[in-house]
Amino acid sequence: MERDDFLSLYRQMLLIRRFEEKSAEMYALAKIAGFLHLYIGEEAVAVGAIAALRPDDYAISAYRDHGHCLAKGSDPRAVMAELFGKATGLCKGKGGSMHLMDAERRFMGGYAIVGGHLPLAAGLAFAVKYRKSDQVVLCFFGEGALPSGQTHEAFNLAALWKLPVIFICENNRYAMGTPITRGIALYTEITETARSYGIEGEEVDGMDVLAVRDRMRDVVAKVRSSPRPYFIEARTYRFMGHSMADPSHGHYRTKDEVEAERKRDPLLRLRQTMLERSAATEAEFDLMDRDIEEVVDQAVRFADESPFPGPDELHRDVYVE
Amino acid sequence: MLISYREALNQAMREEMRRDERVFLIGEEVGYYQGAFKVSKGFVEEFGPERVLDTPITEAGFTGLAIGAAMAGLHPIVELMTFNFGILAMDQIVNNAAKIRYMSGGQISVPIVIRGPGSAAHQLGAQHSQSLEAWFCHVPGLKVIAPATPHDAKGLLISAIRDPNPVIFIEAQLLYGTKGEVGDGAYAIPIGKAEVKRDGTDVTIVAYSKMLLVALEAADALAGDGVHAEVVDPRTLKPLDIDTIAASVRKTGRLVIVEEGWRFAGLGAQIADSVSGAAFDYLDGPIVRVTGEDVPMPYTRPLEDAAIPDSARVVKAVNQMLHRPS
Repeated sequence: MERDDFLSLYRQMLLIRRFEEKSAEMYALAKIAGFLHLYIGEEAVAVGAIAALRPDDYAISAYRDHGHCLAKGSDPRAVMAELFGKATGLCKGKGGSMHLMDAERRFMGGYAIVGGHLPLAAGLAFAVKYRKSDQVVLCFFGEGALPSGQTHEAFNLAALWKLPVIFICENNRYAMGTPITRGIALYTEITETARSYGIEGEEVDGMDVLAVRDRMRDVVAKVRSSPRPYFIEARTYRFMGHSMADPSHGHYRTKDEVEAERKRDPLLRLRQTMLERSAATEAEFDLMDRDIEEVVDQAVRFADESPFPGPDELHRDVYVE
Repeated sequence: MLISYREALNQAMREEMRRDERVFLIGEEVGYYQGAFKVSKGFVEEFGPERVLDTPITEAGFTGLAIGAAMAGLHPIVELMTFNFGILAMDQIVNNAAKIRYMSGGQISVPIVIRGPGSAAHQLGAQHSQSLEAWFCHVPGLKVIAPATPHDAKGLLISAIRDPNPVIFIEAQLLYGTKGEVGDGAYAIPIGKAEVKRDGTDVTIVAYSKMLLVALEAADALAGDGVHAEVVDPRTLKPLDIDTIAASVRKTGRLVIVEEGWRFAGLGAQIADSVSGAAFDYLDGPIVRVTGEDVPMPYTRPLEDAAIPDSARVVKAVNQMLHRPS
């Protein structure tokens, strides 16, 4: 049982890692355009948190959303096709990297106005409560969204009405290029922000998928049995630049810092644990590598071979007809 | 029955909340206070606080929350105490409500009504007196309705609540107390249908919301002078029923558009463009717009009066157009 869990968590993180690396390659080849924000380094947060969910639970994210979408179970081919802008993409090519959505899997979207999706998350949770259902909502956002007014409004409403939404702050310490020390007054204690609204919260090592999953299992169970918001600060780090427009370190952080953080790589960490506990052999890891490589290659082939949407799609989906 | 615009809105929401459990009302003071303008009188008593939600003064937060609830299949009615405060929710309305269906490739829709009073009342000053309908009409994905009469308000609000799209429903403080004949029960007036409110042959006057009353008053005055104005109320601003407006213009050959909002890039500019496209050859002269002045609304009464169109200005515009002494 534990072994299967480990394998599943590792496999999902590996899928996201390889998917993102391939996306960067495809961006360089101009197969993908626009803004592309990679999740490399932060995989343990999405994978660990979503592993604690039921399929009918909701997840919603900001614009660095590929990881959450894949972890929620979306078909990597449809995700890659969306990045390519193809008709077979999750959103028929109309959303793009920052607006992946998969209603069937209850992935309610990636949103690109910082702070703007937190009220939506509260609303999804409101609907759950209104229907006297027992789903929970996971809302992922970066620490850059924490000072935003909409975030505070969402916290207050969620706390006031005891809505079953878990706010997961992916604290990667940089809001684009602005370090948390220069953007958030109470940067060492960001959970206090939620506590000030009466929302229970805690910090978790966002580079440790097992820690994230274990804490989230408890938190999800609590929120499901007794609806209320919860706050998680997942301490993580992005190994790449803010987007494909900037290099991994840039002017705002040092190469040494990035190299040091890379030693906390969530994949290496789980791999180490699994080897220590004999949950997988080197040969099994090799096999998984090859499997995932094939999955990602297939996704690229599928995306590449798919047609672009025709002109008849331009005006479709503006309104429900 | 003869009831007020306020009561007509109340009836529409009540009918729909009785019919459909998914419909709920959310906004500032909609519950125990009975609505800032008493539109939701008796609601919290009938439907309970689970379906009639008083909110804190956080328009972005509660509008966004309602949009999220709509994404999950509920049918919220958001009451903005006034559309002035709705400016704080513009990100939610423009970036989320209007775009989610398109961005998701048709997977997720947002059946929501966002309603409340727009335009000026009396001497409320610059921040409480403005007509923002052009902002909303500009955004693909939104429908915009601005009814003038109690009958239209009820039938169109029922349609708005039943519509699977985000609908902006703009009322007016100075209309809430106006009375008119309203049908019994739940009747729906189709969205996107204008109505000829007064038949005429000499000139078409297009006006909506409060300005319809101004246009009708002007038409009365003109009739006394032998000029027969046809008055058309688009009722829905988006999608605009250009067919009905153009049909009237083909008959009269002349068009005056009356709007309370600012002139530059105002809704009348769009109506004029649409009519030019549909009926240019039938126009006997340039389209004339009677609009609000391009100034923040002044507080003092004489200046406020000067900033808002009245029937005398409409009459004058028509007379000038007809080369008649005014």
